[in-house]
Amino acid sequence: MSFEVSIGHRVGDFALDVDFAADGRVISLFGPSGSGKTSIVNVVAGLTRPQSGRIAVDSVRLVDTAAGLCLPPHRRRIGYVFQEGRLFPHLNVRRNLNYGRFFAPREGDVADFDAVVEMLGIGHLLDRRPALLSGGEKQRVAIGRALLARPRLLLMDEPLSALDEARRREILPFLARLRDEAGVPIVHVSHDLAEVVALADHLVVLDRGRVAASGPLAEVMSRLDVKALSQRPDAGALLELTVAAHDPAAGLTMLEGPVGRLFVPLSQAAPGSACRLWVHARDVIVATARPEGISARNILPAVVGEIAPRDDGELDLRLDCGGAALLSRLTPAAVADLGLVPGRAVHVVMKSVALA
Amino acid sequence: MDLSPEEVTAILLSLKVAFWAVAVSLPFGVLTAYVLSRGRFPGIAILDALVYLPLTLPPVVTGFVLLILFGRRGPIGSFLAENFDIVFAFRWTGAALAGAVMGFPLMVRAIRLSFDTVDRKLEAAAGTLGASPFWVFLTVTLPMVLPGILAGMIMAFARAMGEFGATITFVSNIPGETQTLPTAIYTLTQVPGGDAAAFRLVGISVAISMAALIASEVLARRLGKRLA
Repeated sequence: MSFEVSIGHRVGDFALDVDFAADGRVISLFGPSGSGKTSIVNVVAGLTRPQSGRIAVDSVRLVDTAAGLCLPPHRRRIGYVFQEGRLFPHLNVRRNLNYGRFFAPREGDVADFDAVVEMLGIGHLLDRRPALLSGGEKQRVAIGRALLARPRLLLMDEPLSALDEARRREILPFLARLRDEAGVPIVHVSHDLAEVVALADHLVVLDRGRVAASGPLAEVMSRLDVKALSQRPDAGALLELTVAAHDPAAGLTMLEGPVGRLFVPLSQAAPGSACRLWVHARDVIVATARPEGISARNILPAVVGEIAPRDDGELDLRLDCGGAALLSRLTPAAVADLGLVPGRAVHVVMKSVALA
Repeated sequence: MDLSPEEVTAILLSLKVAFWAVAVSLPFGVLTAYVLSRGRFPGIAILDALVYLPLTLPPVVTGFVLLILFGRRGPIGSFLAENFDIVFAFRWTGAALAGAVMGFPLMVRAIRLSFDTVDRKLEAAAGTLGASPFWVFLTVTLPMVLPGILAGMIMAFARAMGEFGATITFVSNIPGETQTLPTAIYTLTQVPGGDAAAFRLVGISVAISMAALIASEVLARRLGKRLA
């Protein structure tokens, strides 16, 4: 899906001024609260009329203030999963799910009620009232309801933020299934980087109403100039890998990718399946010679790319590792002692248990 | 309890008058409540005052104004009589009109409070699911305000049943045509030996009011459970 957003909108002290184009199954809008994420999705859904702007989904224009176009929400076919679910309290789950189907266009393959119910695991809830559902159940029903309206795009505004950690882990796999099976592109809003890492293809980082960075997830994650990401304690690069083999005796799973082979603690993922590894910069050790007699299982050759100072005085290094990027956070003393400069060939060392 | 034919007539007429008063004013009541709750335009304060005016005016004044406007020679009354063959003066329809006007503020107030509490976010959600504003109103807003509508109907019904001052001023007290329970009771208290009959009608008044209140309570509870 292609998604073009250009909005200029000012409310009181807050000015939203964003312009980006994104591609992918899941586009994540990431930023701290007050960065304009929800304002953007409200404009996309049609709940806010922007002072100026243009919104297009797959070349269908929803808003083009220059041409005087601003479709009302019910003509946009943009599904919206709200933070708080917003299920209709006077309807049971089945009727909530069917609400949007009534207004959806009939042509084409009709979104299959049973398939959606099965995918979200809400079959046993159909006759219940929303008041009797748990937070996680409500959110799954809200996702199903939006999906069955056959939207051209699904907006999810922090769909997990109202849930506790356990519920989050319960729903995240459903969102991943949604991405892989439903065939509806998703624009996902979050201030939780772990959620973004698990779902996004394209990442848009927002900061005080402006776009700080926009691009494919792994690319943006490895940039050192995006402060909203690089200043975080858990900053790190993203590796796209495939599960190669399991070795239960050694307790390890082997992953393969452009970086080479990586060993991580034994996982359940099927061999051949894709997997994302978020390697935190603070877990990556840099050595000028290949270390011997070390417990770490992963030692890969790399070349130092960019070195950028952090606000706290430490240094962030981007390392080119077989075409993929890794980040490493080091003290200035370590960088000076090892003589690390851009272009220097090194080895990166990662403990398997740090890659869980 | 033996009721005279005149008493039975008065009871049935009261029920008929109150029923039509509520039935005809309901759509206007819902619309007015909606406008008062959601409307943002200059002059809304005037509309607000106008709607609640019958609540504060002496009923006799309301009846007199109705007589002037809706009487045979009144500007509205003559128009309706000539063009639609609708006559209010000294007819049971006039009693219904008086009851409707007197009950209207109570009806609007209850429904408006209900509109005020509707979660606008649910309406927005319905819009994103493809529902046009009309369908949003019908499938989301209206079911939410149903308890308020019900309460408003009961209040208006009770008010129309009990309406006395405006009714007697506007359409007088004609047995079989405009003599409702309150005016019948009033008539009985004015004649010697009418006390026993007055007591019977008072008892029936109380019974009808109680039944209406209990019915509304039961219905409201059921609706409340659905909305919980």
